[in-house]
Amino acid sequence: MSTKNILLTGVGGQGTILASKLLTVGLIDAGYDVKMSEVHGMSQREGPVLTHVRFGKKVFSPIVEKRKADVIMGFEELEVLRNLDYLRDDGQGIVIFNRVRVNPMGVQTGQDKYPTNGEELIRARAGKVIALDGQSMARELGNPRVMNIILLGALVKQLGLEEIDWLRVIAENVKEKYVPLNQEALKLGLGLE
Amino acid sequence: MKQLITGDEAIARGVWEAGVRFAAAYPGTPSTEILENIATYPEIHSEWAPNEKVALESVIGASIAGARSIASMKHVGLNVAADPFFTFAYIGVNAGAVIITADEPGQFSSQNEQDNRNYARAAMTPMFEPSDSQECKDMLIEAYELSEKYDIPVLIRMTTRVCHSKGMVELGERREVPIKPYAKNIKKYVATPANMRPRKVSIQQNRELLKEFSNNCPWNRAEYNDTAIGIICSGDCYLYAQEVFGDTASYLKLGFTNPLPDQLIQVFADKVDKLYVIEENDPYIEAHVRALGIECDGKNIFPLNGEMTPEVIRKVIFGQEYPLDEEVQAAVVGRPPTLCAGCPHRGLFYELGRRKGVMISGDIGCYTLSSGAPYNAIETTVCMGASISLGHGAQQIFDTIEGEKPRVVATLGDSTFFHTGINSLLDVAYNRSKLITIILDNRITAMTGQQENPGSGYTINREVTEAVDIEALVRAIGIHNVRTINPNDLAQVKEALDWALGLDEASVIITRWPCALKKQAPWDLEEFKGAFTQKYFVKEETCIGCRKCTRTGCPAVVFQFDRKKSSIDADKCVGCSVCAQVCPVQAIQKVEA
Repeated sequence: MSTKNILLTGVGGQGTILASKLLTVGLIDAGYDVKMSEVHGMSQREGPVLTHVRFGKKVFSPIVEKRKADVIMGFEELEVLRNLDYLRDDGQGIVIFNRVRVNPMGVQTGQDKYPTNGEELIRARAGKVIALDGQSMARELGNPRVMNIILLGALVKQLGLEEIDWLRVIAENVKEKYVPLNQEALKLGLGLE
Repeated sequence: MKQLITGDEAIARGVWEAGVRFAAAYPGTPSTEILENIATYPEIHSEWAPNEKVALESVIGASIAGARSIASMKHVGLNVAADPFFTFAYIGVNAGAVIITADEPGQFSSQNEQDNRNYARAAMTPMFEPSDSQECKDMLIEAYELSEKYDIPVLIRMTTRVCHSKGMVELGERREVPIKPYAKNIKKYVATPANMRPRKVSIQQNRELLKEFSNNCPWNRAEYNDTAIGIICSGDCYLYAQEVFGDTASYLKLGFTNPLPDQLIQVFADKVDKLYVIEENDPYIEAHVRALGIECDGKNIFPLNGEMTPEVIRKVIFGQEYPLDEEVQAAVVGRPPTLCAGCPHRGLFYELGRRKGVMISGDIGCYTLSSGAPYNAIETTVCMGASISLGHGAQQIFDTIEGEKPRVVATLGDSTFFHTGINSLLDVAYNRSKLITIILDNRITAMTGQQENPGSGYTINREVTEAVDIEALVRAIGIHNVRTINPNDLAQVKEALDWALGLDEASVIITRWPCALKKQAPWDLEEFKGAFTQKYFVKEETCIGCRKCTRTGCPAVVFQFDRKKSSIDADKCVGCSVCAQVCPVQAIQKVEA
């Protein structure tokens, strides 16, 4: 298989780190070579988080090139938009995103306007879009924070990686008391089209 | 067993496997996680040092005393440690010593983009350049062998991508390396001119042996595929080049880059038709290749700045470029980092940024963010500790001009003050300038992720230790006007600024309140009673929509444009009350329990 390119993007505190960790653990268990690169450091200060994950038989570079991402998994709408140039431009790119808007400081102070046509722009460029109200779905499961794992489930499904034992990956990498909740969230995500 | 780990984690693992016993560092992106991970191994004595020079000097001592040791730092940290670094190469080691420099091509979070490979050349130290996590570990272990064999410290040059990217690493076991006996050796360890002249000759002799090593070691290798194109590369550039060319080109992958392997380069150049040198930052390898009389393309076509990502290589070599999607880019707005909700710097910069007739010299830490909106406060940042000394120099000149004489206010954090600010404050007292220095004492090294420091009361392993009394220290230096205030109390901040600006001599204001992200110590809870236990909310019926609260720059304060009312995100608010203090109609109230 050729190398697959995934981008996970959001703002600090949305759970991108855990989602990307579970993803890579599962991929390694399945025998893939995996590389991952994270731009962080400012994430605790309301800055963006961008994680590159690449997997395949043999992976060299840890970073995804523009127009080469197979999937962009976004935890926040503006951050999907910011990184949309990474999505492959042959109409095969997939965007899975959480319909939430977190205002940057410039929007707060009135200098900038949060884009109103974000989803429209995303839909015009992606071959497939799965947009969900992740927080409410997660809240129904019992905790809005597992939005990240619902998205992960949707990603697993789109990548055709259902054969990996994700429930075990969760059981081995998530705090014990949160395991059932996260497993439910993953299952919910797996069911999304 | 294989694990997916970062380059920083791989270095730490290698340090453990190599039998290292002593590690010291000052936090700095992207190197911070190296010592944080080393500290998780109980066999290694790990220390946060006040600065990189101190860290390296303690490593020199540990090496002389017979233990394998390591100092890790970001690229600009080696500037601070350059003084011991150069002479360390002369005196050499007893047990092996390694210095890590984490460079920042692309400048993700640094003040400059310097290429520290130049330090290896200048100091004549051997150098490795790993390209992925596995190589980080392998090269580090080899570096100790080399250091002991050739009696010289070894530099490992990493870059942000190598530090922070994860790759698969085969884990090994720790090799216990006994402490070597110490023997008094004045001719080796006392760097007088008479002792060091012969040492320099022996470094140069060793260099010939190291050239042999460089030409024959497994870290420098040619990979022949199609020979129409040949690429000489080091570090992550090898991965990027592989990504672009695959087996359509041949590679001379250099992992040991000081001294460079002349014969290997010559042989490789002879075998390929077109030769490229792909490296980040300076033409370090390229200059050497050209000095050998070999023609190549390097920085004449590749940029001198930024990362040499596959995209950059494709653009330069094949003219392939992905134009930005203009429609999307037109819609996107920035998301600059901001001071956190409850950040104790907010109250100070809210007030200080509004003062007229002052020049605010800044420093390196979270508070560098105060140069942006809505504070627009600090107006200079150069390097650690410079706020005070730069401010001192500026004040000396302003004092000599006719008419209105600006007052200079230097602002720096507790950790930056301990790093190199103390020396600068000595200058202020000794040379009698009337600089106002504000030490933002948030009880932790915050910007790099809440590391302990000499003021926090804990060591890296959270053992209780001495905590410096900043006020007593400042007075001992010779500053007579000293005040400690709560920066969340805007009236106190205003009053302290008025007081300092009214004095005709130097003063120090210490703003003392803990970082909101810090794990609070028992003595913090005792001193800062009730901190982070309150929340505030906006009474909508009282709010007049003036947006004064949003001008505090707090990410918890959200203005509802549709209703023209402010609101507070209860998940983010930690109750500092700064927004409530600026509200002209008392619409922001404490949530009663």
